[in-house]
Amino acid sequence: MRHAASAAGAYRHILRRRAGLIALLLAAILFALLIDFTVGPSGLPWRALWQTLAAPGDADPTYRVIVWDIRLPSALMAALVGMALGLAGAEMQTILNNPLASPFTLGVSSAAAFGASLAIVLQFGLPGIPAGWLIAANAFLFALLAALLLDAVARWGGMNTSGVVLFGIAMVFTFNALVSLVQFTASAEALQNLVFWTMGSLARSSWTTVGVLALAFAVALPLAMRQSWKLTALRLGEDRAASFGVDVRRVRVSALARVSLLSALAVAFVGTIGFIGLVAPHIARRLFGEDHRFYLPGSALVGAVILSLASIASKNLMPGVVVPVGIVTALVGIPFFVSVVLRRQLP
Amino acid sequence: MTTPAHTTQSSGLTVQALTVGYGREDVLHDLSIPPLAPGKVTALLGPNGSGKSTLLKALAGLVRPRTGNAGLDGLDLTRLDHGERARHVVYLPQSLPAAVHLRVFESVLVAARASDAAAGPVDLQAIDQLLARLGIAHLALHYLDALSGGQKQLVGLAQALIRHPRVLLLDEPLSALDLNYQFHVMRLLRQETREHGLISLIVLHDLNVALQHADQAVMIHEGRLHAAGAPADVITPDSLAAVYGVQARVESCSQGRRQVLIDGLQAHPG
Repeated sequence: MRHAASAAGAYRHILRRRAGLIALLLAAILFALLIDFTVGPSGLPWRALWQTLAAPGDADPTYRVIVWDIRLPSALMAALVGMALGLAGAEMQTILNNPLASPFTLGVSSAAAFGASLAIVLQFGLPGIPAGWLIAANAFLFALLAALLLDAVARWGGMNTSGVVLFGIAMVFTFNALVSLVQFTASAEALQNLVFWTMGSLARSSWTTVGVLALAFAVALPLAMRQSWKLTALRLGEDRAASFGVDVRRVRVSALARVSLLSALAVAFVGTIGFIGLVAPHIARRLFGEDHRFYLPGSALVGAVILSLASIASKNLMPGVVVPVGIVTALVGIPFFVSVVLRRQLP
Repeated sequence: MTTPAHTTQSSGLTVQALTVGYGREDVLHDLSIPPLAPGKVTALLGPNGSGKSTLLKALAGLVRPRTGNAGLDGLDLTRLDHGERARHVVYLPQSLPAAVHLRVFESVLVAARASDAAAGPVDLQAIDQLLARLGIAHLALHYLDALSGGQKQLVGLAQALIRHPRVLLLDEPLSALDLNYQFHVMRLLRQETREHGLISLIVLHDLNVALQHADQAVMIHEGRLHAAGAPADVITPDSLAAVYGVQARVESCSQGRRQVLIDGLQAHPG
């Protein structure tokens, strides 16, 4: 029996419970991945799926393409993008001290989409970048610029929470208008490519993009975890954190770089999928509290569960059609967004 | 974490010719303060806008002074980098800890773990004991966003004390506390300061609290030193008239303690 008087003992117990919760979320992701993998417009039977997965050499070539080139990469992409956006949103809400912050709501994703559209339509980009990476590099560049601009406004403009949100919304509108402008000048073929960005779809996932995003996440998460104590301290207030020995400036800049990288790659590969980065941190905060050792990975895992479920839903909304998953997340996310706005009295 | 042994006699904290400002305004003008000795609680007094908070922030390295220095045993606090300074100095801002979804116990642990210098294991029992000394052990597992202002202020103090600083800079640590806790906290701060040889510089608005609990007092006015010394020598009718613009008496109560009584405003302040 635990002694009631010892908070230290109770705290250790809480830590164990949180670790268990993380394991539970991992199991939920595996389960969602499994279902996501088994459903699709082609309506392949279970047996065929498993046989193709287990022995691709012997399988029907059509099945092979469906399983290995479509179902698997897009199911993995859903989980990965969910993780990337969940982590990016969690870090952004901490850095900007703002419950409405996420790459999508504050314009970072829109900026990335604009950068991507410049590359798609005008082949405009930084010199020296291979053609295949132009879209991703451009998306990252614009996402980083938008993130730094947001940070500058939040920090040096002395703006309060709602001011930063309004500035972010202004960026969303601006970059959306710019994307429309690029669309207007685009050729029919480029336009088709571009529409894909604005809706957010997992349909074009490939092993390369899955691999790159997995790599980026595998780099970003440990870096974020190394700063988890500092990020938690930042939640207590900036001056307080600084007085406890946190180099606030360095923590902010490195977090924003991670946010930009993850949201830019997500946008470059699957387009703008909204509200994951907003919703996941809120759920993670309820589940884990704000100890960033758990909150950050928790938010990533919650994001993966949500996007996997959204991907399953997108295949079942209309028979025989895969609705772009960005539409599903927006439909689920907007009521959540409104509830956050209504519940919190923003300063 | 263990408190560094003070085997060698520390010469204390010195502030020399400190000029600090924001933008074009200077807030502190060439401010020097007689050395603050370890083991003493010093009350930092002065009216609103006199530069008390700015002085603490400069000592904590949150604002960079234009000129001057703050010395602690040969170190210049204003020139140290973040992690290094945080090993010696803790500053508690006037604002209460933000209402975040962290348990009280965690928030104290975070304070101990936040800097790179404190990478070693933190004694969880020490947090238990500290919370008990502050009288908030029963709140250890409560969330910060469910606490009252006074409770949050006590948690803030726990966050500062768990770091075992040599210099403790507190900006109005009593502002949200009731009378009972004000007394309790001041007594505790004095005790901690004595036992661990801290140099405690505490902004106090209540002059009677300063008279009763502080070992010495520093009064600043418009960014300059007005007086420093024993509280009873610093808090006088003349200094209150000159600095605060009030007509005041300082009288001994029936138990022999000094009390400030305010009778009115100065006709011509300053």
